[in-house]
Amino acid sequence: MTDEIARSTAVAVEAPLAQPALVVSDLTKRFGRRTAFSQVSFEVARGEVFGFLGPNGAGKTTTVRVLGTLIAPTSGSATVAGIPLSPKNGVEIRRRISVMPESPGLYLRLTVTENLEFFAGLYGLHRAGARIKEALEAVNLADRADDLCGGLSKGLRQRLGLARALLSDPEIMFLDEPTSGLDPVAAREVHDLVNGLRSKGVTIFLTTHRLDEAEKLCDRVAILNTTLRTVGRPAELRAQLFQSALVIRTRAPLSDPPRVFGAVKTVERWHTEEPGSYVLTVADPRVAAPEVTRALVAAGADVLSINEARHSLEDVYLELIDEDVEARQR
Amino acid sequence: MISIDATRVRAVVRKELQDYRRKRAIVVAMIILPLIFLIEPLLVVLLGAPNPPGDPSYRGPIFLLLLIPVITPSTLAAYSVAGEREQGTLEPLLTTPIRKQEFILGKAAAVMIPTLGVSYLVFGSFLLFVRVVANPVIATGIFSERPLLLVLLLFTPLLAGWAIVVGLAVSVRAGEVRVAQQLGMIASFPPLGVVVLMGLGVIAPTVTAAVGFAALLLAIDLVALRAISGMFDRERLVTGTGASRS
Repeated sequence: MTDEIARSTAVAVEAPLAQPALVVSDLTKRFGRRTAFSQVSFEVARGEVFGFLGPNGAGKTTTVRVLGTLIAPTSGSATVAGIPLSPKNGVEIRRRISVMPESPGLYLRLTVTENLEFFAGLYGLHRAGARIKEALEAVNLADRADDLCGGLSKGLRQRLGLARALLSDPEIMFLDEPTSGLDPVAAREVHDLVNGLRSKGVTIFLTTHRLDEAEKLCDRVAILNTTLRTVGRPAELRAQLFQSALVIRTRAPLSDPPRVFGAVKTVERWHTEEPGSYVLTVADPRVAAPEVTRALVAAGADVLSINEARHSLEDVYLELIDEDVEARQR
Repeated sequence: MISIDATRVRAVVRKELQDYRRKRAIVVAMIILPLIFLIEPLLVVLLGAPNPPGDPSYRGPIFLLLLIPVITPSTLAAYSVAGEREQGTLEPLLTTPIRKQEFILGKAAAVMIPTLGVSYLVFGSFLLFVRVVANPVIATGIFSERPLLLVLLLFTPLLAGWAIVVGLAVSVRAGEVRVAQQLGMIASFPPLGVVVLMGLGVIAPTVTAAVGFAALLLAIDLVALRAISGMFDRERLVTGTGASRS
């Protein structure tokens, strides 16, 4: 199943995307005998929000560090913001991107504005004052501009890290767990900010453990577990991994479910999850649902609900990661 | 030829100075240490015997003052990179377009500025004290040591430069701030050997010797500064392993 996804993904990756922001080809990074990630290939289109998911130690942060020119790949190639990844292009690539690590890494003895002034200087920004003001307003921190960073809460520090990433007006933003430690309201503000950046054409490479966040924000996601397990839109991945199904609940258990469901041609398989609850594997839920309803009514069942089974991105993620765990155990 | 962007160097210097100003331990160390090294010279001036000009007893206090530009910057320089790494600020900084040469130059300049300020302030205060308060014979004796006063003037930035370069080199490679500071302090002392030899009269303290050794120290400082760029490895700094050229 997973190999099929990988193959279909490879076809999708090879499909021409208009001026990709990121092109990663067979990228591998080893630290001595330890492989951080291996043979990773994907493309990210300009203006796309691309989710990068994986368990701890999967190689997500190392991938960001390689693409951010902090560390050199062992093999493979990549193009970042249209520039080939190489030591001599490091400065030019870093000029076009911004990276927000999971821990924002702020100077706690400096004020909010002083932190941003420092980075504005490193990016050689003109009109730094105006840019700083815009960035602070974008993350709702303008009223804390003169506060020392040491006095900010974790959530506010995270927002300042985001403001810093916005400062240089980057083509690609690498955000490593941007909502880590934020309360739901602040997290929603970050989500709004990411959506706003998408509408401005900024490419966002989002590393996250929050699958609901990835599902909500990302156009496509990649799941990494040292090797790339899959790349695609969340809906496509669900469709590739899980067959369509109907979930039926009746007031009382059916007296003879094999007879009821066996008579419906569109039902491929079925099983009971609990008394009065049935999961039917079908090719097309919209075709099968009316037929199943008629069969249930004819059997005298009191139908409480008939729903299409919904698999979350979390189900996709766990399915793929569990396959890896099982493979290792074998 | 690598171009150096002055804006980025200035940004590093400015940030470092802002950071020092708000760190009480740094401010206190920069005030206390020079004052400690000022005690003995002042005692010599106040309580010493009024020997004739040219007496070796006048050299000790002057050479002792040269410890200030060695001791003062070594701790700061050793902290500059290892400290950034320890507080988690190095990675965001290295993801900006700054070149390693700009980073190192900015860090070095940020340590050099307060060091020179404090050192020359102390030297000036000492000489003023000698002129105003000291026994006129002692004052004449100290001001007659012109080659040594030239050493004081010339060697201060050069000794500070050496201490800064060595401190930075250790800081780039050290895993911990404390280790970096201890090693940086130890490694900053060797050039003082020349000064000690002059003080003991093994090397005649002439203007020619002072200028000659200053030129040699300048050359060593510049070579060492270049060498740090070779040691600066983003991958090692971020991950603690490996050696990339990026």
